[in-house]
Amino acid sequence: MEDLYSLLMRDVRFEEGLNACMNCGVCTAICPAAEYYNYDPRRVVDLVQTRKNDIILGLLKSETIWYCGQCMSCKTRCPRGNTPGLVIMALRKLSQELGYFTESEKGRQQFAIERFVGGNILNYGYCVASYVLDSKAHPEQGPIWEHYYANLDSVLARCGGELNGKEGPLRKIPDDTLDELKKIFDVSGATKLFEAIEKASEAKAEELGIEFKKEGTDNDYFRFVISADSGNHQIEDVKEEEYAARR
Amino acid sequence: MQPEGKKRLWAEYQKSVPDDHFFYVRSCIRQTFFPGSEQAFLKIMRNDLGKDVFEDPRHTTCTGIGYHGDVIPFETIQTVVARQFSLATEAGYKNIAISCVTSFGIYTEILETWKHFPETLETARENLYKATGRVFDLPESISHASDIIYKFRDEIAAKAKYRLVDVNTGKPLRVVEHIGCHYAKMFPKHGIGGAEFPHVLVGMVESWGGDIVDYPERRHCCGFGFRQYLVQANRGYSLSSSRKKFESMEPYQPEMIVTNCPGCAMFLDRWQYVISDLDGITYGRDGEGIPSLTYEEMAGLVLGYDPWELGLQYHNVQALPLLRKIGIKADPDKRFLAKDGTRLPEPANLINS
Repeated sequence: MEDLYSLLMRDVRFEEGLNACMNCGVCTAICPAAEYYNYDPRRVVDLVQTRKNDIILGLLKSETIWYCGQCMSCKTRCPRGNTPGLVIMALRKLSQELGYFTESEKGRQQFAIERFVGGNILNYGYCVASYVLDSKAHPEQGPIWEHYYANLDSVLARCGGELNGKEGPLRKIPDDTLDELKKIFDVSGATKLFEAIEKASEAKAEELGIEFKKEGTDNDYFRFVISADSGNHQIEDVKEEEYAARR
Repeated sequence: MQPEGKKRLWAEYQKSVPDDHFFYVRSCIRQTFFPGSEQAFLKIMRNDLGKDVFEDPRHTTCTGIGYHGDVIPFETIQTVVARQFSLATEAGYKNIAISCVTSFGIYTEILETWKHFPETLETARENLYKATGRVFDLPESISHASDIIYKFRDEIAAKAKYRLVDVNTGKPLRVVEHIGCHYAKMFPKHGIGGAEFPHVLVGMVESWGGDIVDYPERRHCCGFGFRQYLVQANRGYSLSSSRKKFESMEPYQPEMIVTNCPGCAMFLDRWQYVISDLDGITYGRDGEGIPSLTYEEMAGLVLGYDPWELGLQYHNVQALPLLRKIGIKADPDKRFLAKDGTRLPEPANLINS
């Protein structure tokens, strides 16, 4: 097996994000993910800087590297100028390139992000757009989104736009521009990464005996990865009475 | 301390924002959830301040949500941003105005990377040329759109029809300001006031008559967390972060929240609805929710824009109590109209409605 630390060092974000870590733990103290998940960025960085293949391999297959929310608060606070968030981004990239991300419940979710966000970018030129956010699939968006989603044309017109018009908010991105995006994806690595995510996900779906389709989000494996929750990720829940007492 | 020393001490917290001639790049989230805000920014800039803001409809997403969702490689997002620079170069613009805080963070990250690792700039140039035949000049400046409104806050104050003051009591409104994490936590020198003393929204609020609420979790993330919201199974992360902020700000009885990040504005609204629906809890006074506004909406209100054309009604937490306090007479029955002007059914269970 190739030396994983050397592979990480090929990522400029890793080179920039990790000098010598002195294990002070300030990153963990400031980290929103560490308040919610069993997550300790200090420990992740400390494990990586051992440079040991088996330890880095363990991280690439772990749930741990998928807990960070990339707020990058750690960058502001590290007294050594390190960025655990960038180390995480390099680990995630490598985990996907080598196909290890399907070994964890949280890692398998990358398939859904690639299909949904990646698909939106290439099909529409937006990461998200109002017409791809079905209000039935997003109850957390509340009653205003039900109204908005049901009346997209009117809402946009009210705010001075034209849905899929020639200019302004949520204009239709021209086909030749979408072609340029696709070519950029081809030459700069996104297409290759998408293919790696697809290949490993299809293999995992087959291993688990779950329906997989070559395109789109209407398949059992997509539904499985976005909703699976072992319940083993979070720190202990705040007790209801403690929550009430704090208010 | 001598004024000279003070000036030197604060120099690193200053940011130079150009006076005119901007190339504007939109935000996927702001276009989706608060399209009136971007339109208000353009109206304020062009009509109220007489500035030149150019937009090329061929600009696209920066791919930032995909990048921070870890499916878009760094080399790809650099090339997409290089393409935006190419459109600006083609149009003769050197100042980039960025609607989105995630995009803004990405532009700062890319420009800093190109500076410290020059070979990455060459790769981006090669990739862009190979894919599209395009070339580009580096911009002379990048500003978040809130930087620009901040710069002209006193001009806006001079034209204001309303102030952030309760007309019934004469007291300044108590405002919570929330800065998107990627505005300055990564590269403090690119933000007004840096990461320690972000002043971009404070300056607007204070210039327009309001008071800022300081509270313990003021700088905590709203909880977007990219994959932590994008994936259904992870959304508890996002909700928990916002709840932590609401609980922290509640004792100070804020009357509005204002943000400069499209995602934060959305989450600080949506999670109030979820908490209200699930637990029956609201965080404002007298059982009300706290309206969560974009800074463009706030600026538009101050300048006397129609609240319903700004899109203020498209939040779960309605701004009606806030409008009454400011003294804006807006007909609630005109909030939800169809394209042809007929009334659509009012959504049920909105907060403050």
